[in-house]
Amino acid sequence: MNFDDNPTEAQYRTKVRDWIASNKPDLSVLPPEERLVWTQGHKNAMRQWQATKSAGGYACITWPKEQGGAGGTQIEDVIFSQEETAAEIHDPYYITGLKMLIPAILKFNSDAKFAERVPLAVRGDEIWCQLFSEPSSGSDSAGIRTAAVRQGDEWVINGQKVWNSGAAHADYGLLITRTDPDQPKHKGLTAFWLKMDAPGLEVRPIKTMGGDSELNEVFFDDVRITDDQRVGAVNDGWSVVLATLMNERAAIGQSNGLTWSDMMDLAASVPTDDGTVMDDDAFRDLIADLYVDLEARRLIGFRTLTAISRGQSPGPEGSAAKLLWSGGTQTMMSEALDMLGEFGLVQDSVLSPRAGAFQQRFLWSCGLRIGGGTDEIQKNIIAERVLGLPADVRVDKGVPFREIPSGR
Amino acid sequence: MDFDYTDEQKALKDEARRFLGDASPISVVRGVLENPERGHDAALWARVAEQGWCGAAIPEAYGGYEFGYVELCGLAEELGRSLAPVPFASSVYQFAEAVLAEGTEEQKLELLPTIASGESIGTIAVSEGPGTVSAKRLATRYANGTLTGTKLPVADGMAAGKAVVLAMGSDGPVLVLTDLAGPGIDRRMVPTLDPTRGAAQIVFDNAPAQVLGSGGDGIAALARVHDRSAVLMSFEQLGGADRALEMARDYALERYAFGRPIGSYQAIKHKLADVFIRIEVARASAYYGAWALSTNAAELPIAAAAARIAGCNAYWQAAKENIQTHGGIGFTWEADPHLHYRRARHLGLVLGSAKAWKHKLTDRLEAQRAASNAERHAA
Repeated sequence: MNFDDNPTEAQYRTKVRDWIASNKPDLSVLPPEERLVWTQGHKNAMRQWQATKSAGGYACITWPKEQGGAGGTQIEDVIFSQEETAAEIHDPYYITGLKMLIPAILKFNSDAKFAERVPLAVRGDEIWCQLFSEPSSGSDSAGIRTAAVRQGDEWVINGQKVWNSGAAHADYGLLITRTDPDQPKHKGLTAFWLKMDAPGLEVRPIKTMGGDSELNEVFFDDVRITDDQRVGAVNDGWSVVLATLMNERAAIGQSNGLTWSDMMDLAASVPTDDGTVMDDDAFRDLIADLYVDLEARRLIGFRTLTAISRGQSPGPEGSAAKLLWSGGTQTMMSEALDMLGEFGLVQDSVLSPRAGAFQQRFLWSCGLRIGGGTDEIQKNIIAERVLGLPADVRVDKGVPFREIPSGR
Repeated sequence: MDFDYTDEQKALKDEARRFLGDASPISVVRGVLENPERGHDAALWARVAEQGWCGAAIPEAYGGYEFGYVELCGLAEELGRSLAPVPFASSVYQFAEAVLAEGTEEQKLELLPTIASGESIGTIAVSEGPGTVSAKRLATRYANGTLTGTKLPVADGMAAGKAVVLAMGSDGPVLVLTDLAGPGIDRRMVPTLDPTRGAAQIVFDNAPAQVLGSGGDGIAALARVHDRSAVLMSFEQLGGADRALEMARDYALERYAFGRPIGSYQAIKHKLADVFIRIEVARASAYYGAWALSTNAAELPIAAAAARIAGCNAYWQAAKENIQTHGGIGFTWEADPHLHYRRARHLGLVLGSAKAWKHKLTDRLEAQRAASNAERHAA
């Protein structure tokens, strides 16, 4: 057991910390509202940052050099991400494409047409998004209804995707469609990559309960894709989905948002008759509980890392980590509001502590428990894959997709 | 970054599991449960001692085998898993750690070799009845080389031959060493929640004793010792919790209701997934504690408190939900789940309650925060 960097890692960390410090984007030149993620100003700054990283050899650290990577190790990649986070660089635009989608597509497609896209993504010229979920296909992720019908050398796409993070900012997407509804659910799926400005494709941002619009709906109305943009074999789209989700599991969450130490800072700023909330016994118990769970979440990430650095694939501890994070964040934010008393109601960038970040995070935390596999799905994963308990009774197994009850 | 046992440590752990499977089956645990006056299983203790486990973290210079702390953590995990009815925790995590961390060179040379070989058993006597002992309410006195007062309960107090005792000296609380076989000592077995780990009430009446180490602040010294014990104990808790979850899982697979294994219902699956998460928190926290202990890291006080809290919580959750998953049969004397329910609370109380450790943890986080704020101001 060793939680320190080894000498090589420590040397690498110092090197990249210095490099980030002298090259990082200066957001202070932007107007305050443009410093927030998913605004044009922030996006442009991050596009520039991606180009800088690419020129410096820090984009796609683990990729082979011929693909525009640095031929580095997983640990180096993690160290670089940690240092980016420490430097307060939050970049949600390129991770989906570079950590999940493109590596998955490269497992299936080695053609020149796709290969052309790769260096452009690495340089930050092109952003990718994932087009998997649908109104009837959330937790039941193979229940895809968006149809792709072959016409000669082309496929015609009709249907709707939803919860697509960053789709309004994306240049390309990885799409899963249903190509054979007469086969059982997982069998008749096919994957494609496509340009997001294709005729008949429309992106509509979804305003979520926190008021922001990171998520989108994407509509397909006779969108045409040539067959050379198919990923993998016809009706083998589920393999593409699995390859993508494996990458998702390996992509270790880096942005923690507010945590136990922010709660201590807040408590120390809230007055009581003879001190601050920090002196309150009930609050002191709460801080201990929060610390234990949130530190454990961080440490479980190290266990994932240890597995990766030993060349093993990360285990289902990721599901435990996700549950600790999502549930812990919601509890913590609700406690922060209570701590402030009636003033906890106020969500104002001037009046509220941390410009209203606790209130904003309180609203957003509902999404954490749903996105990326709901709490309930994560618990099923633990129960079935770790504990070996039986899957629930399935009424859709082996049934042609078009005969599965849909409730409408 | 390397956050796991090494292959050699895993092999030692596997070997320990095989050994305990043979030497400490549930019949041995029940042998003590049914005869609480035994306090522990002496034959099993002799076999454990033969393996050299008591000296796993004791340096060779003091008669130990110096496998290392992470190795000792692995052994603790297996002892917890098997519910072994032996005074290992009191003698090794508590007494030996107290002497190692606080004792003089002479005391180490005198006391540790027989602890390492298992010939003698040690313990720590702190509690004096209801509530947490503090400098204000400490009643046991140490003066002129003798101890007077009552300690209740003392874990493994009947089995132990030596004890470290927290007492009020002339300059405040102090840790002292005493020979429990010596004069001025009257002890009797006290029944407890978990008879498979015995306990005693010990009355000291001018019992000869000597100061442990240089005799500084006994409360602070005890806290340092408890941090070390807490990390080791958290591995026993982890092993016990793992086993309790496994029992619940196995039962949920074999028990049918409404024509299906009960383990196929989400009410059971999600409950056991929640227990698994508590155990993962305990595992991560315990491993971090093991690292801090084995490297004497500055993070030890915070890491130990977190490991303690997470270990108490995981074993408690696993033990109670194991009984619940078993239903009526789990409530019987014949079924084994109550052995973990008892042990979970025993381990959760011997070093002080999780609640008391939460207070310690927050105190320490606050001190750390104040120090880093001061550093920032200075810079």
